[in-house]
Amino acid sequence: MSFLQIDKVCKSFGPINVLRDISLDVEEGGFLVLVGPSGCGKSTLLNTIAGLEKLTTGEIRIDGNVIDDLPPAERNIAMVFQSYALYPNMNVGQNIAFGLEMRGMPKGERDAKVAEAAKTLQIEHLLDRKPGQLSGGQRQRVAMGRALVRNPQLFLFDEPLSNLDAKLRVDMRTEIKRMHQTFGTTIVYVTHDQIEAMTLGTRIAVLKDGVVQQYGTPAEIYNDPTNLFVADFMGSPAMNLIPATVRGNGVEMARADEDPLVLGFDQLPGDVAAYEGQEVIVGIRPEAITDADSRAAMRAGQQVTASCKIDVVEPAGADIYAITALGGKEVVTRLHQDWFGQANQHTELVFNLEKVVFFDPQSGVRLR
Amino acid sequence: MARSTQPSFGTGKLMRAALYAVLILFAVYYLLPLFVMLVNSVKTLDEIRGGNMMSLPEVFTIEPWLNAWSRAQIGVEPTGLSPYFINSIMMVVPAVAISTALGAMNGYVLTKWRFPGDKIIFGLMLFACFIPFQIVLIPMARVLGMIGIAGTTSGLVLVHVVYGLGFTTLFFRNYYAAFPDELIKAAKMDGAGFWRTFTRILLPSSGPIIVVTVIWQFTNIWNDFLFGASFADFDSMPMTVALNNLVSSSTGVKEYNVHFAGAVLAALPTLIVYVVSGRYFVRGLMAGAVKG
Repeated sequence: MSFLQIDKVCKSFGPINVLRDISLDVEEGGFLVLVGPSGCGKSTLLNTIAGLEKLTTGEIRIDGNVIDDLPPAERNIAMVFQSYALYPNMNVGQNIAFGLEMRGMPKGERDAKVAEAAKTLQIEHLLDRKPGQLSGGQRQRVAMGRALVRNPQLFLFDEPLSNLDAKLRVDMRTEIKRMHQTFGTTIVYVTHDQIEAMTLGTRIAVLKDGVVQQYGTPAEIYNDPTNLFVADFMGSPAMNLIPATVRGNGVEMARADEDPLVLGFDQLPGDVAAYEGQEVIVGIRPEAITDADSRAAMRAGQQVTASCKIDVVEPAGADIYAITALGGKEVVTRLHQDWFGQANQHTELVFNLEKVVFFDPQSGVRLR
Repeated sequence: MARSTQPSFGTGKLMRAALYAVLILFAVYYLLPLFVMLVNSVKTLDEIRGGNMMSLPEVFTIEPWLNAWSRAQIGVEPTGLSPYFINSIMMVVPAVAISTALGAMNGYVLTKWRFPGDKIIFGLMLFACFIPFQIVLIPMARVLGMIGIAGTTSGLVLVHVVYGLGFTTLFFRNYYAAFPDELIKAAKMDGAGFWRTFTRILLPSSGPIIVVTVIWQFTNIWNDFLFGASFADFDSMPMTVALNNLVSSSTGVKEYNVHFAGAVLAALPTLIVYVVSGRYFVRGLMAGAVKG
């Protein structure tokens, strides 16, 4: 049985429905990431798990026990906030010990626990400092220490990395992942950053307007998006979404001043064949369009090679992003770093048809 | 670019001199009354009558101060101001403490434990700041009479607490509005309830606004004359009313030096409060002003 069960949860503030019928299951030791644009309800969902907000209907269970009516302190849940929410008037040691003190733990025992948590997070030398004297990364560690020390059955993280600079963010991301691997505690993590979601989660729930768009492993979300929103939201650079017309077993994409580009498939998916002569949206990730040198990196499968005009070249170190135009859209391709082509010239591009997905242009639903 | 906005060296100096001249002029203007009071409070009465108000004393005497403190005629008793000074202290300390504590509580509830109608309640409390003293005199007299504390120090404390609550609530509400809600959530998760969140998290971070409120309340209540004159009887009369009685008593000669000394004595506590914590006052007012 799942450890954390979110069962048909709805939440409304007056007439506004913030969460609509959300059901998610997480196994013990799992890492659930809630991701979505701002206002999608992900933080509200986290707050209902924490008990800071009451849910309107539905049930949340931890280890089989319904926790809906328990006050936050009795849920045995710890939370790391976006601002870290360290008490400014207490030093680091007192901050970490506060939750234990509120639970009536004697001082000796508390000190031992704090020392242990501080050692794990390597913040022993900071225990006497005030939060105002700490750097962003140190505050993050203290906030994690405050959560860890209570030995909770569930950790909640509310966008904990969004206040850090880019480099530190990557470091702390690794640290959170390491902490998860070390302690094996179940984690629910909220972020609007899809890279964080991909790197951290064992399960990702993509939310939009209070509705779960897709729930699955990072690989499922990335390779097998259920609709246009998920396809567009996850991945950086974003998936190319190109309008195309279905002709027989191929799709035809318009090009300016040139003949249309036709991608011929051995067999189009069943749903797509029904769109004969009509428009569909073709989704191809940048790494599935590449140059001949990178072709070797692709797994064997159906490929199409075509000559395309490159409009812009963006070297990114490890790769080169070259931008061409198909179906009236800018299409980003990811080429080998030794590729030597130039803008406004034609180059041979290899399309990996194994990785192509199709969507209905009106509803945005995936066609399989 | 930066240089062009700076006046050239010569005009800069001139501007600065003009600026200081104006500042010094205003400082002198404001300090002059204090100077007159202090200088004349250490002169003999003869010297004041015969000489210049502005001149320094020829014969220095602290006799007027001693007179004002313990011997001068207040009303019919030659007690000096000292018993009334004590009265004022007995009134001000609890009134300031209670109104500040209640204001802090109100601010906490109005910002961190929002309830339906909280805005209306706050609006009404804000309204209290704009009610003139005179309007509440008669209803307040009725209330004090009904609960049987008319003419007592407790009665005055109640009046000042009720009247000050609007201001103290306003101060604390604006201060706490800028206090991060996540800290309150974190305290909830940590298991702190309503009171412990307040006493352990909010209050220890409220230093500046407590200072502001205490100064504000202290000066207002200490300097109040109307409520003291209206609601106190002879045993609970505050310093301000006693000073008035001292200055306006019509028996014998007018002892200006004693009056000056008495006036300085009456103003001393608020002066000390300002000197000790004035810089927090400005800082705290700013903190409240930026957000809220």
